[in-house]
Amino acid sequence: MKPNPVSTQSPAALPAGDATVAPALPRRRLPRLSGAGLVGLLLVLFWAVVAVAGPWLAPHDPNALVSDDFFGPLSLEYPLGSDYLGRDILSRLLQGAPYTIGVALLATVLACVAGVVLALVAAASGGWLDALISRTQDALIAIPNKIFALLMVASFGSSVPLLLLMAAFAYMPGSFRIARAVAVNLMTMDFVQVARTRGEGMAYIIFIEVLPNMLRPVLTDFGLRFVYVVLLLSAMSFLGLGIQPPDADWGSLVRENIQGLGEGAPAVLAPALAIASLTMGVNLLIDSFGGRTQHGTEK
Amino acid sequence: MNGTIARLVVGRLAVGVITLLIVSLVVFLLTSLLPGDAVQEMLGQEATPEAVAALRAQLGLDQPVYLRYLHWLGGLLSGSPGVSMVNGMPVDQLIASRLPNTLSLAAITALVSVPVALTIGIVSAMYRGSKFDRYSNMLTVFAVSVPEFLIATIAVLIFAVKLGWLSALSRSVEVHSFGELVRVYAMPVLTLCCVLIAQMARMTRAAVIDQLSSPYVEMAVLKGARPIRVVLRHALPNAIGPIANAVALSLSYLLGGVVIVESIFNYPGIATLIVNGVITRDMPLVQACVMLFCLGFLMLVLLADLCAILSNPRLRK
Repeated sequence: MKPNPVSTQSPAALPAGDATVAPALPRRRLPRLSGAGLVGLLLVLFWAVVAVAGPWLAPHDPNALVSDDFFGPLSLEYPLGSDYLGRDILSRLLQGAPYTIGVALLATVLACVAGVVLALVAAASGGWLDALISRTQDALIAIPNKIFALLMVASFGSSVPLLLLMAAFAYMPGSFRIARAVAVNLMTMDFVQVARTRGEGMAYIIFIEVLPNMLRPVLTDFGLRFVYVVLLLSAMSFLGLGIQPPDADWGSLVRENIQGLGEGAPAVLAPALAIASLTMGVNLLIDSFGGRTQHGTEK
Repeated sequence: MNGTIARLVVGRLAVGVITLLIVSLVVFLLTSLLPGDAVQEMLGQEATPEAVAALRAQLGLDQPVYLRYLHWLGGLLSGSPGVSMVNGMPVDQLIASRLPNTLSLAAITALVSVPVALTIGIVSAMYRGSKFDRYSNMLTVFAVSVPEFLIATIAVLIFAVKLGWLSALSRSVEVHSFGELVRVYAMPVLTLCCVLIAQMARMTRAAVIDQLSSPYVEMAVLKGARPIRVVLRHALPNAIGPIANAVALSLSYLLGGVVIVESIFNYPGIATLIVNGVITRDMPLVQACVMLFCLGFLMLVLLADLCAILSNPRLRK
């Protein structure tokens, strides 16, 4: 799991002048993936395909009571067994994939876009606007994510749009914090000063000079944040406060089949392992890119 | 203690108090954007408009928002955060009956996980790149990426179902002997520890590696000090600040982790109280519990900051 030497530069040390100074230099080679990174990439690609095509691949109707066997074992007809009502787990898993992966992905995109835009505004303007935005985000970060999620569901009830907004809102401050640190750093770099002296407008500086150089740390952060959002949404569903029946994401599948735990039913283990393999895959992929490998606290 | 440190500490405390005020405003606004719901829900669909209005007046919901906020804030500060909408019990009594359980769960978890995590973190930093380091690294990535309920369900599967050592539910919390203590706490603590140890070990490792790559450690190595002495005598005293910071920040994970773990094991703590509050939409209860969790989180972050400040020798003179 050693990070590839090509990709170990810290954000601040990135060759920041790509856009302005060195168009003639050879393009940096794509970082080669380590073994663990390859496993991560394959897992991520696999789940990406499942998230898009999942519902059409389902061998049975996910809501039909097809098997006479409750908590049935793995079999040819029901590859991942059957659930507490005799429904096919594989079909329900495939049906739930867009909820678990799609909702989390959308929420992460929202969180990161909002965080980065706010960070750019704060870093570019400085002064009281920066202070105002930063202080507000600092206050928001003081509400633990799961507690914030519970609060939102208590106030507005649970629905897909609410879960989406809630997760986006919960993870925006963390994204803001990292993006702002990188952006403030970049703003003091020589090539930005040069652009300023040249008389370029703020939009040019942000979009042409700063943003391209933020891409790598922001993408790494995006991956980590996606993992946290998947875990948060699954946890909410597991508590019965996430995706509501008749729809079900993987957390709901674990919850509704928890009775089968005593017999070690695949119905309860399969969805839990699906979540774990998805988050593991993303983590391994990020680690092999040698980004911010420190999985610290969630924020 | 001198002027600089005192100023920094007071500054931190002030920021903490202001943050808590902003949080209380956010919490209050989020929970009172839909004021009609709760009353309608309590009285049911057939309630007459007069009855709804009367109850709203009785609960003080007919007042303007800022008055209600001030009233609520005053209640929180004076220790009477309202009455549960579901069973009419004062919220502070409900919390007081559950808080010791959650605190003891958190305390035992911290007692178990801190020494283990520090050992793993320091040893893997000492032998960086070794087999132990790589395996512990892999395990900690695994532990932080799987959901808590997977760890909990696997623990139940192994210890309660297959081996039959422990019961899956921690119903009785009256503990009379050490054996009972283990039986009640083993699985919730084990589940919480997995993630906590992983996070803390990773941060500790990073903090120690940071010190080990500094010039004075190289100097100690060059003059021939043994590796164990380099780490314990030279590097560790300087890493204590960052490590304490890492420990305090990791412990803040417990605030989210207990929500899942208490629910799974049906443990009668604050987290099950808030989850039940959410299910029944018992707003006064939810508000008070949320503020309690935020207070806990802020206190841990404050502690982390103070550790960083106090351990910086440049500020000590």
